[in-house]
Amino acid sequence: MSDLNRRQFLVGSTAAAAALTLGAPYVQAQKRGGTLRVIPHADLKVIDPIWTTSYLTRNYSYMVYDTLFATDAHLQVKPQMVDKYSVSGDNMKYSFTLRDGLKFHDGQPVTAEDCVVSLQRWSKKDPLGKLLLAATGKLQAVDKKTFVLELKEPFGLVLEALGKPSSNVPFIMPARIAATSENEQIKETIGSGPYKFVREEWQPGHQAVYVRNPDYVPRNESPNGAAGGKRVYVDRVIWRYIPDAATAAAALEAGEVDYYEYPAIDFVPRLEKNPNLTVFVTDPRGNQGWLRPNHLHPPFNNKKARQALLYLVNQETVLQGTIGHAKYYGTCPAYFMCGGGLPYESAAGAPAKPDLDRARQLLKEGGYDGRPVVLMDPTDYPSIHGATLVIRQLLAEAGVNVDLQAMDWSTLISRRARKEPPKEGGWNLFVTWWISADVMHPAVNAGVKGECDKAWFGWYCSEQMEKLRADWVRATDPARRKQLAEEIQKLAYDEVPYVLWGQFVQPTIYRKNVRGVLNFACPVFWNISLET
Amino acid sequence: MLPLIFRRLLATIPVMGVVALFVFAVLHFTPGDPAAILAGDYATPQDIARIRAHLGLDRPFPVQVGIWLGQVVRGDLGTSIFSGLPVSTLIKHRAEPTVALTILTMLISVLLAVPLGVLAAWKQGSWIDRAVMVFAVSGFSMPVFWLGFLLVYIFAVQLAVLPVQGYVPLHAGVIPFLRHLILPALTLSLIFMALIARMSRASMLGVLKEDYIRTAFAKGLAPPTVLLRHALRNAGLPIITIIGLGFALLIGGVVVTESVFAIPGIGRLTVDAIIHRDYPVVQGVVLVVSGVYVLLNLVVDLLYVVLDPRIRY
Repeated sequence: MSDLNRRQFLVGSTAAAAALTLGAPYVQAQKRGGTLRVIPHADLKVIDPIWTTSYLTRNYSYMVYDTLFATDAHLQVKPQMVDKYSVSGDNMKYSFTLRDGLKFHDGQPVTAEDCVVSLQRWSKKDPLGKLLLAATGKLQAVDKKTFVLELKEPFGLVLEALGKPSSNVPFIMPARIAATSENEQIKETIGSGPYKFVREEWQPGHQAVYVRNPDYVPRNESPNGAAGGKRVYVDRVIWRYIPDAATAAAALEAGEVDYYEYPAIDFVPRLEKNPNLTVFVTDPRGNQGWLRPNHLHPPFNNKKARQALLYLVNQETVLQGTIGHAKYYGTCPAYFMCGGGLPYESAAGAPAKPDLDRARQLLKEGGYDGRPVVLMDPTDYPSIHGATLVIRQLLAEAGVNVDLQAMDWSTLISRRARKEPPKEGGWNLFVTWWISADVMHPAVNAGVKGECDKAWFGWYCSEQMEKLRADWVRATDPARRKQLAEEIQKLAYDEVPYVLWGQFVQPTIYRKNVRGVLNFACPVFWNISLET
Repeated sequence: MLPLIFRRLLATIPVMGVVALFVFAVLHFTPGDPAAILAGDYATPQDIARIRAHLGLDRPFPVQVGIWLGQVVRGDLGTSIFSGLPVSTLIKHRAEPTVALTILTMLISVLLAVPLGVLAAWKQGSWIDRAVMVFAVSGFSMPVFWLGFLLVYIFAVQLAVLPVQGYVPLHAGVIPFLRHLILPALTLSLIFMALIARMSRASMLGVLKEDYIRTAFAKGLAPPTVLLRHALRNAGLPIITIIGLGFALLIGGVVVTESVFAIPGIGRLTVDAIIHRDYPVVQGVVLVVSGVYVLLNLVVDLLYVVLDPRIRY
C-alpha cells in the first residue's frame, strides 16, 4: 500500500475516533423500552470471563459485570465502580473507595472484600494481572467500601491493569463466586453490571438473553467507551447466533434483527448501500495481523530466517487478498499499532519495503536447506485462511518449500501448543490476529514476550527483551515509556518474535433506528436506544 | 408382536453400546483438545495441562470410557465442557425444532410425492411421467444450501412474506410456528419428494403389471380405487422403508438447512460440539440419535406387518 493509502486509513480511523468525541455520546433524549436483537460474532458458550479469554465471553461480561476502573474510547483509564482513590507520593500505595449504591444482581451490596477476591482470581490468570500480582505486597479490604493495594516493587500500570479493556478483564464478582479456582469455571451469573443475564433463556449455540438491571446506578458522567455512565434504555437484549453470514445479512436487511456485530467483509459493500442500515466501526484502531514463527525449530530458530519473513511478507498484498476493501485496512510498521491516538506508533527498525531478493539472501544466510516448512491453515476461519493462502504464495516465491496443512481452527489451537519438531506433529508457522487492546503496549502484547518456554506459542526467547519489558512495566514517566517502547520495537525488528501482516478494522452494521452505539475496543450495549 | 418389540428393544442395548464406544474412541483420537480451546490465547502449556487435569482428560482412555459409561448407565449423559449445562438439557432444547422440521418435511414430501409417483406409474411414458421424472432428477441434483438461499431470496427478501430465519416454538402460536418452518421444510422436502416419487413410481410399475390389477380394471373398478386400494397398498413396503429412512436422516439433524435458516436443531448442536471438541455433547447426541434410529427401524418393521399380513417375525 502506498503511504497515501496508509495515511488515508489511519486518518480515517483517527477521524472516526474524533467523530465520536464530537457526535457521541448520544445526548438527545433517548427513547426507553424495546428489545435490541443482536447477531454476535460467535456463540456464547462460556460464562466465566476469567476462565477463558473468549472475546464473546468478555462482551457478555461487560453487560453482566462491572469494573473498578474502565478505559474510555480515547484509551484513558477512568474510575468506574470506584468513587475516589488516592496514590501515595512514591506511587507505591493505592487506596480505593467504592461508589454508593453498588449492588449485585442477587441484591447483596458490593463490598471491598468482593473486589479483593475478584482481583486475586483475575491476577492468577491474566498476563497483566500476573505482573501486578508479582509487584503487589498487600491487597486488603479496610472496611466495607475501601481496600488498599501496596506494591513491593515499582509498577507503573496499576490503574491500566484495573481498567484493562480486553480479555481477561478484571470484572468484579461476589467474593463467594470469585473464590472459585481460576482453573474451574464459575457456575453462577451474578454480577453488578447494567444488565442481568437470563440464565433460563440461555441456549448455547442459539441465544443469550439479558434484561435491564433496574438497580444499577450509573455514574453521572456521559458514557465513553467502557467508562462513564452506563445508562440502559432498552428492556431486553437478545443475542441470536446466526452462523451463516448470508442468512445473517439477509435477516438484518429484512429487519428481523437490529445489530450485526461483525458481518463478513464480503457482504459489507452490499449492506453499505442499504438506506435502512448504518455502517459503524466501533474500534477505529482495528486489529493487527500476525505471522508467528516457531522459534524452537529450524529454519526459524535462526534469526536470519525470521528476518527473511519480514522482507517477504508484503502487507499490502496480504491485506488486499484477505480484507479486499482498501478503506478497511492499512499497512502499519508499528508493533504496538498505528493511528487512533495509540501512543507507541513508530516505524523504528522496520524494513523500508518488501524485498524478495533480500528475503532469499537472508534465508540462505540463515542456513535454510529447503526442508518443508509446516504452515498451519485453518480453513474454517475465513480471514485467517485468506491471509494464510497469500502468505503461502509469498513464501513459495521466496523459495520456501511450504507444507500447507489444512485443519480446523480447533485443531490449530491445540497443535500450536505442541513443541515437538514439525515432522512429529509440531509446526513452523501460523497466522492469527488480535484486537488493538490486546497488542497496544508491551505489557499486553503477548507476541513480544521473550519468556522462552513460558512465552506465547512459538516460544520467543530473549533476555534482552524481557529486561526492556520489565523496565517498561516499572516506568511511570510517559516519555520514558515511549522511548522504551521504541527500543522494544527495534529489538523486535531484529529478533522477529512475529511478523506483521497489516492492520484492519471490522465494521459493525445496524438498523437506522438503533441510536447511541459507542466506540470501544469491543461492542458494549448500554446507551443504545431504539427509536421509532 | 409384543415379543418382537421386546426382542428388538433388547437388541438395541448392544447396538447402542457399540455405537457409544466407537464414538468415544473416534472423538478422543481426533486431533484437537478442548482444554487448549478453553485455556485461550494467553495459556501456557502448563495452564492447558491444568485444565486437562481438571476436566479429567489426562486420565487413561479406558478410565475415561469407564467413567462415562457408568454415568450413561445411571441415565446421566454428562455436562458440556464449555457451558457446564447438562447434555440432556441441551438435547431437550434442540429436539423440538428438529422433530418439528422432520414431521413437516415428511408430511409435505409424502402428501405430494406418493400421488405424483402413482400418477407417473399409471401414465407411464406420457408427458406426466416424464415431468415427474424431470422433477425428481432436479430435486436430487439441487444443492440444499442453494435451494435454501433461493427460497429465502424469493419469499423472504423479495416478496417479504416469510421470515428469513429463526424458529418459533409451537406453544408461541401455530401461525408463527408454520411461517418460520415452511421454507426449511420445503427446502428439505424437495430431496425427499424426489426420492419418494421415484420409489413410488418404480414400486407401482411392478404391481400394475400383476394379474389382479388387470382383473380389477376388467371388473370395471374406477382407476382411483384400483390404484389406491389395490396397487398402492401392495407397493407400499419399499415406500414405507424410504419414509422411515427419511425420518431417521432428518431426526439426526440436517446441518446445512439448520444453518441456512438459523434453526437451533440437533444437527447444529452436533457440529458445533464437534468443532469445539465438546466430547460429552457429541457422545450424548450420537447415543440418543442412534437410539432413535433403532426405534424408527422397529416402527418400520411393525408397519410391514400392518401393511402385509403375510409377514411374520
